[in-house]
Amino acid sequence: MIIKGKVWKFKDNIDTDVIIPARYLNTSDPKELALHCMEDYDSEFVKKINQGDIIVAGKNFGCGSSREHAPIALKSAGVSCIIARSFARIFFRNAINIGLPIFESEEIADQCSEGDFLKVDTARGMIENINKDRAYKLNPLPAFIQNIISLGGLREYVKEELKRREKNV
Amino acid sequence: MGKTIVEKILSAHTDTDNLRIGDIIKARVDFTFANDITAPIALKYFKESGARQVFDKKRVGLIPDHFAPNKDIKSAEQCKLLKEFAQEYEIENYFEIGKMGIEHALLPEKGLVLPGDVVVGADSHTDTSGALGAFAIGVGSTDFAAVIALGEIWLKVPPTIKFIYSGKLNKWVGGKDLILYTISKIGVDGANYKVMEFSGEVIKGLSMDNRFTMCNMAIEAGAKTGIIEPDEITLAYLKGRAKRPYQIYKSDIDAHYEKIIEIDVSKIEPQVAFPHLPENAKPISKAKGVKIDQSIIGSCTNGRIEDLRIAAEILKGQQVHPEVRLIIIPATQDIYLQALREGLIEIFITAGGAVSTPTCGPCLGGYMGILAKGERAISTTNRNFVGRMGHPESEVYLASPALAAASAILGRIASPEEVK
Repeated sequence: MIIKGKVWKFKDNIDTDVIIPARYLNTSDPKELALHCMEDYDSEFVKKINQGDIIVAGKNFGCGSSREHAPIALKSAGVSCIIARSFARIFFRNAINIGLPIFESEEIADQCSEGDFLKVDTARGMIENINKDRAYKLNPLPAFIQNIISLGGLREYVKEELKRREKNV
Repeated sequence: MGKTIVEKILSAHTDTDNLRIGDIIKARVDFTFANDITAPIALKYFKESGARQVFDKKRVGLIPDHFAPNKDIKSAEQCKLLKEFAQEYEIENYFEIGKMGIEHALLPEKGLVLPGDVVVGADSHTDTSGALGAFAIGVGSTDFAAVIALGEIWLKVPPTIKFIYSGKLNKWVGGKDLILYTISKIGVDGANYKVMEFSGEVIKGLSMDNRFTMCNMAIEAGAKTGIIEPDEITLAYLKGRAKRPYQIYKSDIDAHYEKIIEIDVSKIEPQVAFPHLPENAKPISKAKGVKIDQSIIGSCTNGRIEDLRIAAEILKGQQVHPEVRLIIIPATQDIYLQALREGLIEIFITAGGAVSTPTCGPCLGGYMGILAKGERAISTTNRNFVGRMGHPESEVYLASPALAAASAILGRIASPEEVK
């Protein structure tokens, strides 16, 4: 998948309570969650962001609660990809499981500015900063995880696995 | 070379031979659960997956605890989904209001999570059960849906950091202070993707309630989980509770650790984590005087019977400060009943505290104690992020039940030593 989008920068330790405050967790409707994405951090964020935009953040992005509502809210608000210095582990799993591409890169977190345009080739791990004329090659994800993403997320993997087991019975 | 307790547990739960750190494995799951926030998404995905039944009706838990007893119509709809799913798929461990408790206190209490288990919970504080010597990890909704369909989970074999605590504990210092101090030393991502193994003479002397508190907050250092080797205290806790046979694993003496961190507890004072990260812990001597509007004693971190006993010891014969709301939330019905029998509830109410039925409620800003703009709370919960307990301009200070009780009396962050 090739993604092109404008960068919104975020600091270290963006937690899931900030991404989607718990007071909105009485629903799991992606559209409703998207309305409140990052509300306590920047109340204008959902108005400013365009479909396909990219978040570039500091370390430990998505720390805190296990709520899958956080990557769901970001994806539904239009975020197409997240690149961070590092991710909290549950957020990392959740993003992969729902098919939201995420990459760890200290270089990009350091060198990219808000408003830059990035071109991301998710399969090859190639990221280009068009404004700064820089290219980055990231380590590919482990084969098992790539397989989950290529199937379209963990839900599709589960369907395949259930079919496989049924055949083997 | 020897193995850590986590390597041994994972080896016993996978078909992969000779596990190495970083390997991605499929691990069999002994118990899995979700709550009224995380389950609704998962139950929908499960139904769409084509699965006809859950992998094991005895090994799945559904616990409405976050916004339950239902705080509003939308929450009621979410809780209803859990109940209906439990009926349709004959889930044995669905806990209705009146029998429920906060999941991470309830499941060990009921003997449903046990030493040597791989436990997967759709809640970040699932690491709490690591105190029993289980490998217990928090995940999101899609992972939970996959586990109830398949009975297994993909995971990466994590490295372990060993923490060795030695020395004599100071008065009013317990598991909460030890974990807040530890997080302040390594930071909120100091153990990201790794296991925190708590050990040493101090841990061997800690009660189960204090151990649960420590493992509960391993996630606040980014850890995959926290774990403590089972010993006589663990076995005594399990007696009469364990619903299945279980296996005890211990780390080998020559096990490989990514890092070993030694902590002398004799220097540790009661801790207070300032807004807005759990790593911002300060000793009470440097935290006194912050005026508070609310004190919360409860949650999966500190809502157990020993926590309530300590709070009662300090609140007995005292009055809550006229400008403070004290809210006490026993974590389970059994704890509530025990506190009632011991006279603790009477002490709380006489002192001017409010006692609630078990719920996660205020910890995550759900209900039962939301902060207004500019208000401050001292709380025995686990997170003090921006807006965690209410208005984005409110503040949460994390501390032990002893400090939360003393602060409720004095109207400002205070040590129990200041209460006359």
